[in-house]
Amino acid sequence: MGRSLRLTSMSGNSVLKRVDWLSVLFYIAIVFIGWLNIYSSTVTEGESSLFNFNTLHGKQLFFAGASVIAIMLVLALEVNFYERFSSLFYLLSMILLLGLFVFGKTIAGATSWYDLGFFNLQPSELAKVTTALALAKYLSDIQTDIKRRKDQLYALLILFIPAVLIIPQPDPGSALVFFALIFVIFREGLPLYYLGIVLLAILIFVATLKFGTLWLCIGLALLTTVFFLVKRKTFKVPIIPFASVLVITVLFSLSVNFVFNSVFEQRHRDRFGLWLRLEKDPKKLEQIRKTIGYNTYQSEKAIESGGFFGKGFLEGTRTKGDFVPEQHSDYIFSTIGEEWGFIGTATVVLLFTFLLLRLVYLAERQKNPFSRMYGYGVVSILFIHFFINVGMVIGILPTIGIPLPYMSYGGSGLLFFTILLFIFLRLDANRLKEGA
Amino acid sequence: MKKLLLSSLIVLIGITFLGRLSYLQIFSFSPDQVKEDPAIKAIYDYPERGYIYDRNGKLLVGNDPAYDVMVIPREVKPLDTLEFCGLLNIDKEKFKKKLKKARIYSPRLPSVLVHQLSKEDYARLQEKMRKYTGFYIQKRSLRYYDTNSGANVLGYISEVNERDLAKNKYYIQGELTGRTGVEKQYEELLRGRKGVQYIQKDRFNRDIGPYKGGTLDTLPIQGKQISLTIDKVLQEYGEKLMVGKRGGIVAIEPSSGEILSMISGPTYDPALLVGRQRSKNYTKLYNDTIANPTWDRSILAQQPPGSPFKALNALIALQEGVLDESTTIRCHNGFYVGRKKRGCHCGGGLRNMNSGIYKSCNAYFAGAFRKIYDKFESTDDGMDVWEKHMKSFGLGNYLGYDLPYGQKGRIPSKEYYDKWYGDNRWSSSYIISNSIGQGEVLATPIQLANMMSAIANRGHYFTPHILKKIEGENIINPQYTEPKRTTIDRKHFEPVIEGLTDVYRKGTARWVQIPDIEVAGKTGTAENFTKIDGVRTQLTDHSVFVAFAPVNNPKIAIAVYIENGYYGSRYAGHIASLMIEKYIKGEVTLKNLEKRMLEKTLEREYAKPYSGEEFKINEYVW
Repeated sequence: MGRSLRLTSMSGNSVLKRVDWLSVLFYIAIVFIGWLNIYSSTVTEGESSLFNFNTLHGKQLFFAGASVIAIMLVLALEVNFYERFSSLFYLLSMILLLGLFVFGKTIAGATSWYDLGFFNLQPSELAKVTTALALAKYLSDIQTDIKRRKDQLYALLILFIPAVLIIPQPDPGSALVFFALIFVIFREGLPLYYLGIVLLAILIFVATLKFGTLWLCIGLALLTTVFFLVKRKTFKVPIIPFASVLVITVLFSLSVNFVFNSVFEQRHRDRFGLWLRLEKDPKKLEQIRKTIGYNTYQSEKAIESGGFFGKGFLEGTRTKGDFVPEQHSDYIFSTIGEEWGFIGTATVVLLFTFLLLRLVYLAERQKNPFSRMYGYGVVSILFIHFFINVGMVIGILPTIGIPLPYMSYGGSGLLFFTILLFIFLRLDANRLKEGA
Repeated sequence: MKKLLLSSLIVLIGITFLGRLSYLQIFSFSPDQVKEDPAIKAIYDYPERGYIYDRNGKLLVGNDPAYDVMVIPREVKPLDTLEFCGLLNIDKEKFKKKLKKARIYSPRLPSVLVHQLSKEDYARLQEKMRKYTGFYIQKRSLRYYDTNSGANVLGYISEVNERDLAKNKYYIQGELTGRTGVEKQYEELLRGRKGVQYIQKDRFNRDIGPYKGGTLDTLPIQGKQISLTIDKVLQEYGEKLMVGKRGGIVAIEPSSGEILSMISGPTYDPALLVGRQRSKNYTKLYNDTIANPTWDRSILAQQPPGSPFKALNALIALQEGVLDESTTIRCHNGFYVGRKKRGCHCGGGLRNMNSGIYKSCNAYFAGAFRKIYDKFESTDDGMDVWEKHMKSFGLGNYLGYDLPYGQKGRIPSKEYYDKWYGDNRWSSSYIISNSIGQGEVLATPIQLANMMSAIANRGHYFTPHILKKIEGENIINPQYTEPKRTTIDRKHFEPVIEGLTDVYRKGTARWVQIPDIEVAGKTGTAENFTKIDGVRTQLTDHSVFVAFAPVNNPKIAIAVYIENGYYGSRYAGHIASLMIEKYIKGEVTLKNLEKRMLEKTLEREYAKPYSGEEFKINEYVW
């Protein structure tokens, strides 16, 4: 242990040699494309300097610089530092989240920031890093056995605490991100039928809204019949559990109706209605496009209007006309779509996909379980952001406001996503030492 | 499994996104973005529609300025509806309905709110318009007619409809397009091209400068001035003669194929379809399904041509060598088809080609027709040859003239009869009626006029056309400037033309002779039937006349088809002679004929089938 500490701290560039440059390359490409499009979304006529920190793109450039410093720090620090202090970090970030209830600054209706004078710190971004660390730490503990109910519960609790603290800000989108860390627990042995149950619930929820309980029941009855006809020779179906699953499904479907109509607020109903294309009346559709569905409709249209080749850098008419709200932050992907076309959007989708797959690969090759679990945490967090953000912008998911990592405008976001990633790359760089 | 869960999800989502993006950006993408982009506003500059002149440079159609009130629904601010409606001269309900309709069409594209303000309304409104955000007045030009005739030839323009918009991306709502006639045919020439200026807007609809620095902006291109082949004087005269009659007249200059006049009766004043009364008038004209004034009979009415067809059968018989001009055929006051006798009014006796034509002997042509078929081993072969000759005169198919509508007419083929009677279960006697222009043959007036043009030229014709000049330059389209040859040799025309001239000198048309002009013509009297309460009922014969003149230097070929006008020289013959004289001499000396034609109408005849009472046909007194 002492030997490795000396080696890394004595020659910083040996870390640089061992760091996974492919991931770094993907990272740089995504940050660069992101900044270019923030520039395009926010630049105004007659503006000359790139380094004017009063402009949004100037600020983002500043944070890109800050990220470079953060990367150097992260890489320079001793590798055991993260594992050793992860519980402390977790605790600190939970305190910061709690502190928001007293000292928080409210922007756009959400009390999610600390005003530090020169910039606003969003502790929920920090909490993503610390929660990933804490979960890895807990799961890699020799005493933890994920097959035990109690330990499963503790692991889930680590995710639930920050989520519960963030929901009342209100920022349900960010809270959702923490649940993605469940992928780490699955990787470490949480039985997959948990996932099956969740997926089934989502499926029934969507099917009930889209087709109604009656059709769902009819479909279910048909499926059951087919199932019995196919299986009856080889397999004796346990009637009672099977039937109870069916009954629960139907009851759940009925309760979905109840929850949707009585517990949800109208804006939630509208979002789901929009997402599932429940409204067929063209007049009402037009109305929805102007109100609740305005963002989605405009961003879809902006992307569509880009075509295959796009309209060109700084040539996006809808971007210039500011038709898509929040285009520099949550809807940055629509700028890419309009100005760079399918070539641009496909490039970004592929960059993210490759980066994520690369990180999974890196995680799997770790010998140290903590590194592997943290790596999975990083992938889960980046993936859920990518999935929900792009899905929302291109209109296949309901509106949930979370940023696209490394691309959306936002100082805390860029900084902490960078730290999140590079802690893992730091761990990975040390991988061979662990074995030696 | 647990190792692959997250990776496979990542791949799955990546593929899903690429799929959705290619759907949006490749399949849904339409290159027509500029029109739909809410960030770009197009301001249009409309050129004036081209003027239309007649062959002698006389103005037929020009323009008048008009003012439309336009609305862009998205920009409308709350307003004093009552006051505004007062200014516009419409009631509040209608205003609301129109506004709603405009919004449904598009919230951000302009729609027409009120069409064609009167000059007074325009003056009153102009000053106050600034108060009403979202509304503006657009100047456009309306068609102005310097003639009250030629409605069906000239056509009219009207606002583009949903179908036009879907079919041609050039147009946007509220724009005008040629709907029928010349206006439709030469829409692109007359229309020119609108200029456009693109403005970049933000989402609050504020202008934020020219789009792409104005590089896509265009200047308007003026509509072209065109001259038609129509002779305004002749056209107006013909329409005057047609008052109270139904049918068509087409006159063609044989040496060029230029259509001198195209008259359909009844017709209407083209000015009816301009201005604020337009839709009311249109409904009235359109709903008159009996007289059908908007139906251009000169090119659309397919009728049995009657005796004029005898001239063609004579030509075919000569060409095939089955008889010569001295061959005689006896007329027994008719001829036999099987055991059934068909009548003839020529007086009977021995007929040769000359007297066959000028006395219009049915028996002679039935005989000639049989000879054509008897030359060949099978009627099939005979039919093919006959059909080929007929079609070379532009019959039985679209002529190819430059008007948007047409009918093929009909020259029956062996397939036609095989279908009708069964394979090979028919012979020349089944189809003998075609020899005298009855039976299965059908032709439109313009086809008959073209047939006469081909005879006048002794064997060729130029495809009839209506466009003479564009911006003062003669057209050079080879479709209209190159002659089309018929299958009949030049030498065979002389005896036939001699016979046609004798029709005028001493035959069935001697009553309508024109002093100092030698005319070759042929009368026709076509039987026709209708159904009254499901019963096939014969009506008074159609009166047909075809002619060209002068015989040795033809300047005009004409076909006149008057529905239920009885025998050929009666209405059709009168009108043809008057038209020929008017065109060649510039004035009419046949005052008696002219007076008769101006006074007489066939309204009584047309009312007969609808009277619900018994009626007589082919009445001698007139």
